[in-house]
Amino acid sequence: MSRRNWRLEWPLHLMLVPGLIIALIFSYGPMVGIVIAFEDFIPVKGIFRSHWVGLEHFKYIYYLSETREVLRNTVFIAFMKIVGGLVAPLITALLLNEIRIKSFKRTVQTIVYMPHFLSWVIMAGILLDVLSPTSGIVNQFLSWLGFDNVFFLGNDQWFPYVLAGTDVLKEFGFGTVVYLAAITAVNPSLYEAAVLDGANRWKQTLNVTIPAIIPITILLTTLALGNVLNAGFDQVFNLYSPSVYSTGDILDTYVYRIGLASAQYGVATAVGLFKSVISLILISLSYLAAYRFANYRIF
Amino acid sequence: MIQPYSWSRKLFVGFNYTLLALLSLLCLLPLVNVFSVSLSSAAAIEAGKVSLWPVDITMKAYEFVARKHEFLISMGISAKRVALGVSINMLLTVLTAYPLSKEAANLRFRTGYAWFFVFTMLFSGGLIPSYMVVRNLHLLDSIWALVLPGALPVFNVILMLNFFRGLPKELSESAFIDGAGHWQTLWRIIVPLSMPSIATVTLFAIVTHWNEWFYGLIYMNDPIHYPLASYLQTIVVRMDMSSISDPSMILLLSQLNDRSVRAAQIFLGMVPVLCVYPFLQRYFMSGMTLGSVKE
Repeated sequence: MSRRNWRLEWPLHLMLVPGLIIALIFSYGPMVGIVIAFEDFIPVKGIFRSHWVGLEHFKYIYYLSETREVLRNTVFIAFMKIVGGLVAPLITALLLNEIRIKSFKRTVQTIVYMPHFLSWVIMAGILLDVLSPTSGIVNQFLSWLGFDNVFFLGNDQWFPYVLAGTDVLKEFGFGTVVYLAAITAVNPSLYEAAVLDGANRWKQTLNVTIPAIIPITILLTTLALGNVLNAGFDQVFNLYSPSVYSTGDILDTYVYRIGLASAQYGVATAVGLFKSVISLILISLSYLAAYRFANYRIF
Repeated sequence: MIQPYSWSRKLFVGFNYTLLALLSLLCLLPLVNVFSVSLSSAAAIEAGKVSLWPVDITMKAYEFVARKHEFLISMGISAKRVALGVSINMLLTVLTAYPLSKEAANLRFRTGYAWFFVFTMLFSGGLIPSYMVVRNLHLLDSIWALVLPGALPVFNVILMLNFFRGLPKELSESAFIDGAGHWQTLWRIIVPLSMPSIATVTLFAIVTHWNEWFYGLIYMNDPIHYPLASYLQTIVVRMDMSSISDPSMILLLSQLNDRSVRAAQIFLGMVPVLCVYPFLQRYFMSGMTLGSVKE
C-alpha cells in the first residue's frame, strides 16, 4: 500500500471524525476562552463584548503577596512528591525483587498498588478520620507511645509534609510495579556472569540491577519534573482548610478559590493561563530530554 | 545457582520480609480501620475502643445510608454515568487509536492528527473557559456534562494505538486481500485480538468515571444531580450533614456516631473499585507497561 489510495484511506479519516469533534469542542473550545485573561470579564456581556484590559490582571497577580506564597507552596509540595515518588518505589521494587516466595511477592504488590485506584475523595475521607486529632487511630497510637496529639491536617507546619507523605503512600505502589517490570526484563545471563565473577546478591544488585533500571528511573523523573506546577488539585482540595492556606494553597486550588468562589473570572483565568504556559514549556522540555537521552516517544 | 545463605543474608531476608509486610499493612490498615468504624456501635466508637476490629457489631450505619435518598440517587447517577461514559470512551478510543496506529504512508496527516490530540494533554484552556463551554452548550445539570468533556481519554488512545501496532501486520494485510475494508478489519480482526488491552483500558475508564467528582461539583447546580463521588465529597470531606427531615431517620441518627455513618459511606463508595481491582491489576502487571513505557 505504498501508493496513496484515497478510496482505501477515507474510512480511516472518517473514524477520526468523532474524536476530532470532541477534542475541538471540549479541549480547543476552552482555549478560545483564554481571552478572558485579558479582559474585564462580565458574564452577562459574554467574551466578545467585555471590556479589554490588556495585561492588567497579570500585573495585579504579580503584585499580590499571595502569588509568591502560592507559587512557592506549589513547587515545594510538588518537589517533595517527586523525590518521595522516586525513592520509595525504587527501594520497594529492589526489596521485592529479593523475595523468593511468589505468593508473598504478589500479595505485597497487590496491596501497595491498590490505593492508586481509590479517588482522593475516598482517601481524604479515610485520612480525615484516621488523622483526626481527637479520635483518629494515628493519634491514639501516638498517645499510646507517649507523644502529644498532632493536628496533622489543621497545622500549617505539618500540612505540606502530610500532603507529600500521603501522596507517596497512595502512589508508590504504582511506581513499584513499573520498576519491577523493568527489573524483570533484565537479561538473566547478566546475573549468571556476575555469579561466576563471585558477586553476592548485594554486588549483583549494585552492579547489574541498578544500572539496568537507571534509564527508566531517569525517564520517569524527567517526565515528573515537567509536572512540577501540578502539585495535585484533587488531593489538596479535599484535605485542606482555611487554617492551612498559607502553606497548603497551590496554583490550582488558588484558581478555584479566586475564580469560582469570589467570582474574579479574569484574574483566575490569568493565573490558569500562566500555569498552563509554564507547564507546557516544562513538559515540552522534559519530553525533549526524555526523547534525547532515553529515546522515549509518546506514540 | 543455589548458595548456602550466610548469616548476613539471613538477617537481610528476615528484615526484608518484615519491612515489606509492614509497608503492606501501612496501606491496608487505614481501610481496615474505616471499615471497623463503620460496623461498630456508637458507644464503642466514643469510648475510643475501635481500632482494627469492629466492636459491638451493628449494621445501623449501613441501614441509615440505605434509607438515605440522596445517597441512593447519587449512586444511581454514578451507575448510569459509568455505563454511558465508558461505552462512549471505548468507542471513541478504539475509533481514534486504529487510524493513528497506521503508518504515515497509509494515512495522510497522521502526524498532524496525532499532535492535535496530544496537544490537548499538554495544554488546556483552564477551569473557567471550560466551564463556559459546557454552560454555553446547555449541558449544566445534565449527565452529558459528566460524560462528554472526557469522552476521549487521549492517554488511553496512546495505550491502545501502541498495542495495535504490536499486532502482526500480516493479519490485516491478509484481511485486505480477502476483500475486507478498514471497518471490517477493525471489528472482526483487530478488536477481538486486542481484548486484553481493551479490558485494561475499559477498567481504567470505569475507575475514572466512578471516581471523578470535580465535574459533578462544578457542572451540577443542584446537588440532586451529583454522582456518588461528588456527593461523598460534599458529605464526607466537607462534612456537610445537610438537613434530614424524616423523623424516623433522625431517631436512627441519634443512635449512631456520625463517624460510623461517614465510614459506611466511604466504604460503599469504594466497593465497585475494590471489585474491579483484582481484574484490573492482573492485566496491568503483565502487559500494561508495554503501552505506557517503551524501552
